[in-house]
Amino acid sequence: MGKTTAEKIFASHLVDEPFPGTRVLRLDVVMCHEITTPIAIADLMARGKDRVFDPARIKAVIDHVTPSKDSKTATQAKILRDWARRHDLKDFFDVGFNGVCHALFPEKGFIRPGYTVIMGDSHTCTHGAFGAFAAGVGTTDLEVGILKGVCAFREPRTIRVNLTGALPAGVYAKDVILYVIGQLGVNGATDRVIEFRGPVVDAMTMESRMTLCNMAIEAGGTSGICMPDGVTVDYLWPFIQDDYPSQEAALAEYSQWRSDDDAAYDRVVDIDVSGLEPIVTYGYKPDLVKPISEMAGTPVDQVYLGSCTNGRLEDLRVAAQILKGKKIAPTVRGILSPATPQIYRDAMQEGLLDIFMEAGFCVTNPTCGACLGMSNGVLAEGEVCASTTNRNFMGRMGKGGMVHLMSPATSAATAIEGVMADPRKYL
Amino acid sequence: MKTFGGPALFLDRADINTDEIIPAKYLTEITKEDLKPYLLEDLKLPGFDPKGDKTRAARVIVSRANFGCGSSREHAPWVFEVNDITTVIAESFARIFRQNMFNCGMAAVELPRERIDTLFRYAECPDASIGVDLEKQTITVQGGGEVESFAFDISPFDKALVLAGGWVDYADQRY
Repeated sequence: MGKTTAEKIFASHLVDEPFPGTRVLRLDVVMCHEITTPIAIADLMARGKDRVFDPARIKAVIDHVTPSKDSKTATQAKILRDWARRHDLKDFFDVGFNGVCHALFPEKGFIRPGYTVIMGDSHTCTHGAFGAFAAGVGTTDLEVGILKGVCAFREPRTIRVNLTGALPAGVYAKDVILYVIGQLGVNGATDRVIEFRGPVVDAMTMESRMTLCNMAIEAGGTSGICMPDGVTVDYLWPFIQDDYPSQEAALAEYSQWRSDDDAAYDRVVDIDVSGLEPIVTYGYKPDLVKPISEMAGTPVDQVYLGSCTNGRLEDLRVAAQILKGKKIAPTVRGILSPATPQIYRDAMQEGLLDIFMEAGFCVTNPTCGACLGMSNGVLAEGEVCASTTNRNFMGRMGKGGMVHLMSPATSAATAIEGVMADPRKYL
Repeated sequence: MKTFGGPALFLDRADINTDEIIPAKYLTEITKEDLKPYLLEDLKLPGFDPKGDKTRAARVIVSRANFGCGSSREHAPWVFEVNDITTVIAESFARIFRQNMFNCGMAAVELPRERIDTLFRYAECPDASIGVDLEKQTITVQGGGEVESFAFDISPFDKALVLAGGWVDYADQRY
């Protein structure tokens, strides 16, 4: 019997099995941000164990509220900053260099196929796009990860989602993952890894694969996973070119992490995407999804484009293509937050930011900010936001506010019309 | 080891998420104690008052499927902990929340739907109380003059975490 990617990674990283079914794994990367790490740091200090297992394997960023908006967030940032300096973390990203963690860390080449990755952030599953096992954890798991470089998991079974057919124009990775979550339900993948397979995934960029994997957690999944392939090697090549004689050699090594053809799955879901429409959410759970045709005309107060789900360059390009030469509706506030400084600069050099600003968008610095209702675009009671983010929980972007999740294309069309709109008529 | 059991608070809805347990705007607090006033602040349920006596007296929460879904924030178990709620009993949990509870030395007990239904029959009793014996793995519910008891399953690892007082102590001794 063959093994899945997750099973291979678990077998190769196993440190201990203290009880049947509990696997303690060695960690390749432990990532930290300023919201969930400070209490771990404080606890380590209180225990007299202010140490890190390996400063090269710990990556840290101030991203959730940055630049700090008040004394409390400034204190959180300072705790993380002081700790990073104290332990000589080479990969620490502060104001001027910081961006949304799940966009920034892949961009820096930190994630490789076969890696184990944790972070005190639920959307850590994003990094499975590289063929890694990447799981969001709480502060205590993070604390032990920082101190010991290990984390305990129940070995997850794998759900294989086969995506076949061809994506129609105007339909993107975001629409696919919203549809998948609608099929699986918000806890359909709890204690499971979701493996995204098939020709649709093979044809996707790393950015689109990250969008897919990013929302695995919204179906309860521990990690999303895509198979490492030539696209993965291309993306990573600037970071690995000194380690391999050729791209083929890198691909040959990375391919060991691909699921075997005879691997066993908990469940297989086949989806032909050829007939898919742009998808939006309508309630307070991410599995409540409808095609845009059933939601078109719903008024919105704000359009938000950004986050670890859809704040990457290809997202900005798609939205800009629709917004070019147009103005957003006067009843709508448009907010764009490119997810990293590199994306921001690339968008500037490509002229995308001009298009957004001409259309009437406010361009903010890279930050998680509005996605979780902390800064840079919080909603008022009763307001509605069309958003490229990942969670539509009641009050997520501000107490009493409503969030509709959608693709960058659908959000751009919605910004123009001031009501939810089908992006396909603008393509 | 913490104590488990006491007056029960019944939250009759599936998918109660971590934003409802502790809204993100309070994640800027840097001590657990500071979270105390914000327990379940954004949860909207018929008859539920986050500031009510029943909420304040609760030591056990009983709820439905997929409790604690959403964010990884350990602030969710912490806001329970600082309000002396050390047990959540539900039909199922989101993985990260469940692990966070045990990592803090607290209990996230999964019961089959029929057992959860049994517990909810006590929801209207003003004196509803649930005893949790982690050693013997039994739950005793009482209220309105009635008492019922039954066994529950818990993974040996999760039980060991509770007995060790949490994952940091457990891991520190072992790795």
